[in-house]
Amino acid sequence: MIEKVEESTASQPTTVPAPRNSWSAWWPGFQRFLGNRKAAAGLVIVLVLVALGVFAPWLTSISPQAQSFVPLRPPSLAHPLGTTAQGQDVWSQFVWGTRASMTVGFAAGFLATAITVIIGMLSGFIGGIGDEALQMLTNVFLVIPGLPLIVVISSYFPFQNNWPLIVIIALTSWSWGARVLRAQVLSMRELPFVEAARMAGERTTAIVFRELMPNMLSLIFSQFLFAVVSAVLTEAGLQFIGLGNIDAVSWGSMLYWAQNDSALMTGAWWWFVPPGVAIGLFGAGLSLINYGLDEITNPRLRARVRRQKRGRPA
Amino acid sequence: MRYILRKVLFYGVALWAAVTLNFVLPRMMPGNPAEILLARFKGRVNPAAIHAFLIAFGLNVHQTLFQQYLSYLGQLVRGNMGISITYYPEPVSQVLAQALPWTLLLIGAATIISFFLGTLAGIVSAWHRGGWFDSFAPGVFTLTSSFPYFWFALLALYFFAYRAGWFPLGEAYSGTRASFAISNWPDLMYHTALPAFTIVFTSIGGWLLSMRNNMITTMGQDYILMARAKGLPRRRVMYQYAARNAILPNMTGFALSLGFIVSGALLTEIVFSYPGLGYTLLQAVQNEDYPLMQGTLLLIAVAVLFANFVVDLLYVRLDPRVRNE
Repeated sequence: MIEKVEESTASQPTTVPAPRNSWSAWWPGFQRFLGNRKAAAGLVIVLVLVALGVFAPWLTSISPQAQSFVPLRPPSLAHPLGTTAQGQDVWSQFVWGTRASMTVGFAAGFLATAITVIIGMLSGFIGGIGDEALQMLTNVFLVIPGLPLIVVISSYFPFQNNWPLIVIIALTSWSWGARVLRAQVLSMRELPFVEAARMAGERTTAIVFRELMPNMLSLIFSQFLFAVVSAVLTEAGLQFIGLGNIDAVSWGSMLYWAQNDSALMTGAWWWFVPPGVAIGLFGAGLSLINYGLDEITNPRLRARVRRQKRGRPA
Repeated sequence: MRYILRKVLFYGVALWAAVTLNFVLPRMMPGNPAEILLARFKGRVNPAAIHAFLIAFGLNVHQTLFQQYLSYLGQLVRGNMGISITYYPEPVSQVLAQALPWTLLLIGAATIISFFLGTLAGIVSAWHRGGWFDSFAPGVFTLTSSFPYFWFALLALYFFAYRAGWFPLGEAYSGTRASFAISNWPDLMYHTALPAFTIVFTSIGGWLLSMRNNMITTMGQDYILMARAKGLPRRRVMYQYAARNAILPNMTGFALSLGFIVSGALLTEIVFSYPGLGYTLLQAVQNEDYPLMQGTLLLIAVAVLFANFVVDLLYVRLDPRVRNE
């Protein structure tokens, strides 16, 4: 216990009252995050798209499945994004599709990150034969191409809802992060505070998840963002070739039907463009947040730009 | 030497895992796959083929699971992956042998071009930090690499092939000229250019950004400062001192993201009706052609493993530390 107290005072030299403690630790970090142009731009893009999904029921009163309008109409006041070849409202499909795609993306991303954290951190900490085995497992998953595997699996087990899809995407996408986390744990496991925890007789799992993990949150968060991006892309790709649940409205199934009814060839860009742009913007937004975080945590990436800016009078 | 042995061991295990996964998957299928498959085969196939098929799918009731596994491995070693339903009576191995060269051509060329251009752009971007190229390239390519391959491919197909007519609307060759003879190359290039371009355009950002970050980290090292202080030519410091050391993590990234690239490129093949493995996989899925599907998955996995192995061997050449391990 004594060691633990020392460790916490070492990381936070000024003693502050307990309730303010977490807040005062987070707030400057968050301010720095917003001060980074990339991160702030990414956050805005992602928040707007998330808001579309969250507030879908308030943004449209039309059911995304209702085939009750004149087909293939360009955008108008009644239909901000026009209509599909089946006479559905594209705007309604878009906002509800946003909700569906994000659900899959965040759920699969979360699950993948959980596997990443457990396997990557344990592998790095336990060492020895267990590490070798976990590393082998990670590398096997890393080199086996995910999408063809998912394609084959989903044609064996036709999906009734999104859960099997989420689980499979997570199972095939955790490995890259696990490698990164393992490397980070290796570089941290000999640090004094870990040593202290070990001396205090804490169990391995406690050291890994209570001592190491809080110090790696930004790295884990960045893995999570990447996992979400790749989950959204995988889901869209799978839906696009007609696997997965194409009757549910999502960005991928919108693209599938748009392609199926040759939306581009008939000039119905309002049907084909929005889902693709949304996927692209969402991915770019999350990547921007990631690069922003990278610049904040890795001083080398930003130091020189600042110096140059100061050096050159405007 | 120890490094190479370790790698051989690893790829051995990975190969075994891929092969075994391929054995296990159809057996986890709900319902009775035998009935579905036999119904599709009825009246079209001679009894010997059905028997071979049953064995390939482990539906031989007289064998234990382990015996089935052994005979599956035995068949595989002899290159027997069953008979395709879509292309009956062609064996799966033959269908795949026809598709593989096209995928190697398209994805191979596109990936290598993308890797080189992206890495070069990353070097330039990092070296001229804050310059005009560095201020737009990372941003632009972050955006393009966030878009789904197939979406971008469809747009390119629409604008450059359908509207402008600069490129063919798909396929890998004109008519029946499926030959790799030198005289046929202009036609092959004409067909491969647009799909390859879409892959390069959407995958280049990753190489650029990771190379840029590696370069920036490397450029902070003392030996770079030393090289500059010695008055070495700028180019020499840039390529032989900084880039040469910064490229190692990018090589690893290259190997490891091959699986991801292949996944995206398969969709590009589908968009362009390019007769490679991705297109074959889609056809197999649409026709419920399980033997072909299995074979394609296995071949893709093996190809990616092999490419990784080659990169690992190249690594020995590039990183002397590995040689001395």
